[in-house]
Amino acid sequence: MSSTITKNDATPRLGRERHPRGRNGGRVGGQIVLAILCVYFLLPLWWLIVASTKDAHGLFSGTGGALWFDKNFNLIGNLQTLFSYSGGIYLRWLGNSALYALSGGIGATVLAVLAGYGFAKYRFRGRSLAFAVLLGSVMVPMTALVIPTFMMLAQLQLTDTIWAVILPSLLSPFGVYLMRVYITDAVPDELLDAARVDGAGELRTFLQVSLPLLRPAVVTVLLLSVVGTWNNYFLPLAVLSNSNLFPVTVGLAQWQGLATSNNGSGTSLWSLIVVGSLVSIIPLIIAFLSLQKYWRGGLSLGALK
Amino acid sequence: MTTLDQSDSLAAAPERDLRARSSRRGRKRSRGADRGAVGWLFIAPFGVVFAVFLLVPLGYAFYLSLYTKGLATGTVFTGLDNYVKAFTDPSFLSGVWFVVRFSVVMIPVQMGISLIAALLLDAMTTRLARFSRLAIFLPYAVPAVIGALMWGFLYSRNFGPLQDLFTLFNAQAPNLIGGSNVFGGLMNVVTWQWAGYYMIILYAALQGIDPSLYEAARIDGAKSWQIAVRIKIPMIAGAINLVLIFALIGTLQFFTEPQILQPISDGAITSTFTPNIYAFNLAFSYSQFNYASAISFALGIVVFIGAYIFLFVTRQREARQS
Repeated sequence: MSSTITKNDATPRLGRERHPRGRNGGRVGGQIVLAILCVYFLLPLWWLIVASTKDAHGLFSGTGGALWFDKNFNLIGNLQTLFSYSGGIYLRWLGNSALYALSGGIGATVLAVLAGYGFAKYRFRGRSLAFAVLLGSVMVPMTALVIPTFMMLAQLQLTDTIWAVILPSLLSPFGVYLMRVYITDAVPDELLDAARVDGAGELRTFLQVSLPLLRPAVVTVLLLSVVGTWNNYFLPLAVLSNSNLFPVTVGLAQWQGLATSNNGSGTSLWSLIVVGSLVSIIPLIIAFLSLQKYWRGGLSLGALK
Repeated sequence: MTTLDQSDSLAAAPERDLRARSSRRGRKRSRGADRGAVGWLFIAPFGVVFAVFLLVPLGYAFYLSLYTKGLATGTVFTGLDNYVKAFTDPSFLSGVWFVVRFSVVMIPVQMGISLIAALLLDAMTTRLARFSRLAIFLPYAVPAVIGALMWGFLYSRNFGPLQDLFTLFNAQAPNLIGGSNVFGGLMNVVTWQWAGYYMIILYAALQGIDPSLYEAARIDGAKSWQIAVRIKIPMIAGAINLVLIFALIGTLQFFTEPQILQPISDGAITSTFTPNIYAFNLAFSYSQFNYASAISFALGIVVFIGAYIFLFVTRQREARQS
């Protein structure tokens, strides 16, 4: 018993798991619950993969049922149709999504890092008030801003341009909040003072001393804002009407509307929607899997305060 | 001075803190003013975006909502008439009533799933646990449009697995997103979409707890579930509140999923189903921009008040406990 405790002191997390007493029953039950959750959360994605390999006929009345492969494996054919349909517009939509998500996401992150740093490391008149306004704005529903933003952009004749999607995506009050919480703890004031005493200016102190310490938070805020913009539907739906500018979410939804009203002019849009959905989620899934070690720690930031 | 500071950082923390603070106070007199200006400079770029894409649209929406455009009269100032109209408009009120009901039922279910998953993942380090963490989180990386499309297919009588099952008994499968099923059907889609994100936030908070607390409880004879209920959940109350408020704000502005599932809902999802769908249709199908602004603004007020009440209640409870 006492040896377990000393072991726990050295490697607390591991030691705790090895604790034998009365945990086996619970552990089996826990494994079963987790397995059920995995099936539930992966089922639609499994369906999507299977359905992407079916041709139009197989999708409706395939031999393997909805959750298994049809005898006719048509993934390559589906992909070819997807990328050539209507002059390759799908590829354009993917490109638009990437453009909006990256420019909006990177821009929002840069603004959030700067503002979070300003709030965390400088004392100035009006800071508390400004931060209170910021916190209040986290509670403003972003979709309630969509129609007002549309009408403002219409006044400026900016609707139906890429700016109508990118510029509003730069707004991320929650990102600023996360950065401020993180910077307050991660960048010691003493370090900044030392740099200043060494003669570094405020900007150089920020870029060379503080910024390198912020990587987990920067990656997290970047991922959150890229995902937010990539997944956004309401804003681009409202401000864009030229289908050449659609992101992939709006484009696929438009295809779904056409397919439901049987308006696909000969091609079965259903199989295109399915394979298009699969292709569109691959980039973000890869991003999340490869950046795991950064965002896993970063996501807890907002929970600390 | 530099070397002194560096050797300082190796010395005991408390004294260093005190000394640094007092020396800073001396310097502040000369540099404090321009340092404050620098703070504003760091905030300025975000401040501009905040003003242009939050304050101005809100103000503009409020301005527009005070006017009414009539065919015969043109645009005339009508004061708060649009708000009186909104809060007596059955379409708007039924939408608000739906999202409130939906929040009250869906959020506890979703929260329960996220919390159970987070507690299990925190207690286990098996390969299955590591895999589940990713599997449950994965839907967050899927756009809500795609999530709704996929579930639409799965619900569908033409494509879905349900029809396979019902064909065995020569029966017609029910429409899982039509009629009275629409509530449960949407609840499932939203839970699937967001539970993993909330789970990760809670899990990260659980990982931040000092494990020696559990050791002490275990020596006192506490069982695993007692540790979970008595120690872990109270310790992550902050994270739970954060997740609840996110879920509340997100659900009250419900738009994407019902909008996508509308065509296959056999008319169960109407053009006034949620406040946001109503505002969208008012603006883009009927060009009633003034009234749509009033609805958007009214929805914003409803959400803000809802979130504020929630925060107020949780703060009160925390204050009473401590």
